[in-house]
Amino acid sequence: MSEGRFSLGIDLGTTNCALASVSPDLDEPQEIVSEVMPISQLTAPGTVEERPLLPSFLYLPHPEEFPRTELALPWNSEEVFVVGELARSRGTATPIRLVASAKSWLCHQGVDRRAPILPPEAPQEIGPISPLEASIRYLSHIRDAWNHVHPDASIEEQDIVLTVPASFDPAARELTAEAAGEAGFKNLVLLEEPQAAFYSWIQATRGEWRKQIRVGEIVLVVDVGGGTTDLSLIAVTEQDGAVQLRRIAVGDHILLGGDNMDLALAHLLKNKLAGKASMDLWQLQALTHGCRAAKEALFSNPDLATCPVAVPSRGSKLFGKTLRTELTREEVEQTIVEGFFPIVDVSAVPLTRARGALTRVGLPYAQDPGITRHLAAFLKRQVSAAEDLEGFAQTGSSFLHPSAVLFNGGVFKAEFLVKRTMDALNSWLRADGGSEARLLEGADLDMAVAKGAAYYGHVRRGRGVRIRGGAARSFYVGIESAMPAVPGVEPPVQALCIAPFGMEEGSDAALPTQTFGLVVGEPVKFRFFGSSVRRTDSVGTTLESWAPDELEELDNIESTLPADGRTPGDIVPVRLHARLTEVGTLTLEAVPLSGDERWAVEFNVRGK
Amino acid sequence: MNDQTLSFFARLALAFKVFFRIIANQEYAVRVSGLGTDKRPAPVRPTSFKEAHPDSALQLLGLLQQDGRFIDFLEEDVTGFSDTDIGAAARVVHEGCRKAVREHFRIVPICSDAEGSRITLQEGFNASLIRLAGNVVGKPPYSGSLVHRGWRVTEVSLPKIADGHDVRVLASAEVEL
Repeated sequence: MSEGRFSLGIDLGTTNCALASVSPDLDEPQEIVSEVMPISQLTAPGTVEERPLLPSFLYLPHPEEFPRTELALPWNSEEVFVVGELARSRGTATPIRLVASAKSWLCHQGVDRRAPILPPEAPQEIGPISPLEASIRYLSHIRDAWNHVHPDASIEEQDIVLTVPASFDPAARELTAEAAGEAGFKNLVLLEEPQAAFYSWIQATRGEWRKQIRVGEIVLVVDVGGGTTDLSLIAVTEQDGAVQLRRIAVGDHILLGGDNMDLALAHLLKNKLAGKASMDLWQLQALTHGCRAAKEALFSNPDLATCPVAVPSRGSKLFGKTLRTELTREEVEQTIVEGFFPIVDVSAVPLTRARGALTRVGLPYAQDPGITRHLAAFLKRQVSAAEDLEGFAQTGSSFLHPSAVLFNGGVFKAEFLVKRTMDALNSWLRADGGSEARLLEGADLDMAVAKGAAYYGHVRRGRGVRIRGGAARSFYVGIESAMPAVPGVEPPVQALCIAPFGMEEGSDAALPTQTFGLVVGEPVKFRFFGSSVRRTDSVGTTLESWAPDELEELDNIESTLPADGRTPGDIVPVRLHARLTEVGTLTLEAVPLSGDERWAVEFNVRGK
Repeated sequence: MNDQTLSFFARLALAFKVFFRIIANQEYAVRVSGLGTDKRPAPVRPTSFKEAHPDSALQLLGLLQQDGRFIDFLEEDVTGFSDTDIGAAARVVHEGCRKAVREHFRIVPICSDAEGSRITLQEGFNASLIRLAGNVVGKPPYSGSLVHRGWRVTEVSLPKIADGHDVRVLASAEVEL
């Protein structure tokens, strides 16, 4: 299939997007090279530059804010909003017009993701947009930038691999695929980001990867992006004499990333400066940039004890108005290393704090910044992830023992943090009677996701090793059991499995025997659950009860049965049918007991 | 050529002067013997100078101001401030200007040897890349100490400018509402 097409990998990140391509003329797997494609964007009014990263920011300017020609792009002279670097820099001074972290909003179950809610709390006259619309605009920008440079190979006709966090729920995946469809991408597949990072590593080893990992090993992928932490486990198995890779588990969605670390340092220094000067939002942003640079300097040079940080005044007077402070090694270690990578026992549990009843609508940021604690919790939950694979028995372990670790994300450019994470993991492994895990070298920390995605798009045409995975969760529909109403007691809910764990792309789940009554002409909602640990349930399995962290309740799903040819109010018995599409999204249908009609069951993305 | 006229005595004096100089100076004699033949040097053609277009210069100033507050730095009077104040501001300017320059130019040293080391220049070295100083006499190969390694730009990638964008605005004034 698809001869003569480019394979394009798009990393639609929380804070940055990137694009990589594999040209159609390559053949041997060892020679597949993903190239990063720079993206043209406004970097200042009237100024267009190519940059390897497109910051995922959207600025909605006031009509009076820019002269007409100043927002022109090489492909559109009439643009009225800004995407990329200029959006980010403008937004620092005017945050009410800045859309940021759209990706985190896209998977936020508490809000309507098709409603114009961004920027949050923006005045109506700004013309807020939905998280979905923001994603469409980022993808459209990438589309136009590519098409401008490749008039003979329009992006709509190329093979597109768009990456999503492994922890994205079916609704967020569906919305991402919808955004790609709206942007005009026809040949689309979704790929989990940690898998993309793994492909990039395979590519970077130039065929040597088979010597670096052996059959029977489990690789832990730790991907800490700007805004999210994503964990996955990949097992190296063998089938018919050939090495096979299987993604056996993914972690929860953790809104915690490198941006939190820089912000934590900025607040530390802000408090240090508090006695001397007041600081506005613009300066705090400048301070955050300064902290990032100072942190990188301290991590890369172990002899440095302190690194100065200077924050300029906003006005034209620099002398005497520039705030100067310094970041010490001790502060960085205390804040980043102890705060985000604490050495904890494997029994540690991420802290959760009860939310106040009257919280503003905001993103559900992780409440525990300890990445090592999240990692420990993940490995414990997944202790039996490899149980059903032959030769992977880990009897008596209290958590899953990975034998190798691949890191991804700019945070890990600080080798110290790589070492720290490895130290924590290895201390757990030693205490649990396991052997130490080793580090997989040679990863490209910044561009791996886009590059790996482009590589995957190329090899999935049948020319290289693929990671098999399928659905990372099993899915359940809630059934309220009939019982007499008791005030204050919720009727117990049973969970009926409708899609098993590991269901492959392009396959259908069996039809469960249990039926539901759909009321003609009325929307009917079902409670919907996912589990990343129950891997043996098959379609039709009914759970009476489950441990609190075994099943996670997702947004409701709902279906409306059209009234044509039926009496409104009638009840039609249906069964729920699940399918994992080739693209990588889950679709649900209601199937009546007789006849061949099908009614769509939608993910509710309108919030609770 | 010189178009002034000389008197008889002036010509006589010149003849004696030239006579003795021909006897004493071999090189001069060779040059005089070439006079009157066709071996005269060709007339010097004027070099054409082109006007540098100010747009890219203005664009660079804008970038240095945007990223590194360069104009703010230069336009302020440093006399009243302590070295600590100036140092704090210099960090901002250094970091930002460096970022701006590195993003848009690839700058490499001309000589890779360490400054202070002795290097030898062979005949035909490129005098626009390497400047001789000090006791500049004799013929190549020259041997000398590398004082400054030199810089050269190998790549330039300046941003594209939209039609109608005024590059003379280095930083727009800002009003907070």
